[in-house]
Amino acid sequence: MSDFAAKKHSGLDGAASRSGRSAGSRLGTGLLYVILGVLAFLQVYPLFWLFLFSLKTNQEVFGASPFALPQDPQWGNYAKAWTQGHINLYFLNSVWYTAAAVFLTIILASFVTFAITRMYWKLNRLVLGLFMIGLMIPLHSTLIPLFSFFKNVGLIDNPLSIILSYTAFNLPLTIMILLGFYQTLPREIEEAAVMDGCSVHRIFFRITLPLTTPVIATTAIINMIYNWNEFVFVNTFINSDRLKTLTVGVNSFVGQYLTDWGAIGATLIISIVPILIAFLVLSNRIVEGMAAGSVKG
Amino acid sequence: MKTVMSNKWAIALYVWPALLLIGCLIYVPLVMTGYYGLMDWNGFAPKRFIGLENYGRLMQDSMFWKSTYHSFLLGIFSTLSLLLYLAVSLVLASRIKGADLFRKIYLIPMLLSSVAIAQLWSKIFDPSNGMINSLLISLGVENPPLWLSDPNIVLFSIFIPIIWQYAGFYIIIYYAALKNVPEEVVEAARIDGASPLQIALRVKLPLISSVFKVTIVLALVGSLKYFDLIYVMTGGGPNHASEVMASYMYGEAFTKYNFGYGSAIGFALLIICLIVTWLIRKLTTSKDDYQY
Repeated sequence: MSDFAAKKHSGLDGAASRSGRSAGSRLGTGLLYVILGVLAFLQVYPLFWLFLFSLKTNQEVFGASPFALPQDPQWGNYAKAWTQGHINLYFLNSVWYTAAAVFLTIILASFVTFAITRMYWKLNRLVLGLFMIGLMIPLHSTLIPLFSFFKNVGLIDNPLSIILSYTAFNLPLTIMILLGFYQTLPREIEEAAVMDGCSVHRIFFRITLPLTTPVIATTAIINMIYNWNEFVFVNTFINSDRLKTLTVGVNSFVGQYLTDWGAIGATLIISIVPILIAFLVLSNRIVEGMAAGSVKG
Repeated sequence: MKTVMSNKWAIALYVWPALLLIGCLIYVPLVMTGYYGLMDWNGFAPKRFIGLENYGRLMQDSMFWKSTYHSFLLGIFSTLSLLLYLAVSLVLASRIKGADLFRKIYLIPMLLSSVAIAQLWSKIFDPSNGMINSLLISLGVENPPLWLSDPNIVLFSIFIPIIWQYAGFYIIIYYAALKNVPEEVVEAARIDGASPLQIALRVKLPLISSVFKVTIVLALVGSLKYFDLIYVMTGGGPNHASEVMASYMYGEAFTKYNFGYGSAIGFALLIICLIVTWLIRKLTTSKDDYQY
């Protein structure tokens, strides 16, 4: 049955294919491809347009058609954004906040998932429930108390408040994705290790953690995207310009240079490129993580 | 096995750090937001207990209800747009060549920050130099709309980048679910003479209905919390025409320093989200559903 399915190499599930592909069905398929193609164009063209105006002078932006190609690409816009806009600084901040939070989230989530799926204790289900309910919480409801808490402990305008918040709010999703993988992981190796007298920690660090590398990669990339793009925590907890992340820094830069479209475009492109590169390299993991992360509740 | 794996110290060591973190940064703040709602507090001076005054004010605050209405409106738009995403996914899952590439292209906007999307679309919507109005003017439209400064249409304008942003996300979910529909079932329907359209609507769709219900919760509740894009693009304006619950709360707390009242709004947001989640589950769950 599936051989038969595989042999039909193109087109739709077609009753038409049994009696030879009719012209009408071919036309229909062609039309579907056109629609899909138009949608793909709509999804990508705004970004291409952004790239175009990032290379234009203001005369071109305000005088010529917005669809025209830049006459003399202004790469200087990028240099301007990188130095005058402090984008270099924001960029480094984003990198290290993101990296620290991703590391912390994954190690803590792996601990919890290991304890929940592999170890024997009473409140197992309850604790899992606490993490899963965390998926439904609107973070804005926690914002004022969090701000007040960080202020009281002196963590306002301190990267730690950002890293801890990212970790806490990403733990539920990360645990959920890990859980699916841990449940399919065979236990024989761990059981054998116990027979050989391995301690729990050795089992976790030397056996289980290495076995979960694929799913760790998936959660890492998803966490990275969410942290890189995060706005409201940084905007609320960080005041100093030198501690801002790219997302928030870009926003204040754009606010200052309202009419310099070239510099604004260049800034936005710089903030987008790392994610796009990650996507080119790891698109399958990202797709997998997004699909896994969605089926929650 | 059991003795090693029920080591109490190890369990505590593995579970407590994460639990402490979500306890301190998620659960305690949730309770505190309700509590701070009972205070007259500007964030700096000492809090003063005023009972249910903030919550009473909230009930009569037309601005709050307007922002709630806007949030629900976005929620309804988002839920309706699921049908569009579902239609695209049904096409993609019907042995389209390059389906994998298409869905990846569709996903690209979802990877960008809402701030970048908001800034980009502010330019696209620019009244005279933006992509849309330039196109309209060249097509002979005399007075193209002021997308973000006309209070009558601003909410609809904001919704366009939202559809754009989330398309790939939902298409990926539906596509994954559709690929899980057993080939035998589809093949059996085909042999019985069902057309591709009938297979899509009568066979595949019912089989992924539980996933569809999950996405309704995601879309609706997600919209109720919507903030970043609107805050950056319009700041809730012009004249509160695009104010939503979260942006109203943020403005009250961090612009006007009404921390007490802001907390009350935050608590209301929480309660509304929980009620809506519960309600949708209640309305859409039937006994024979596969539970996720």
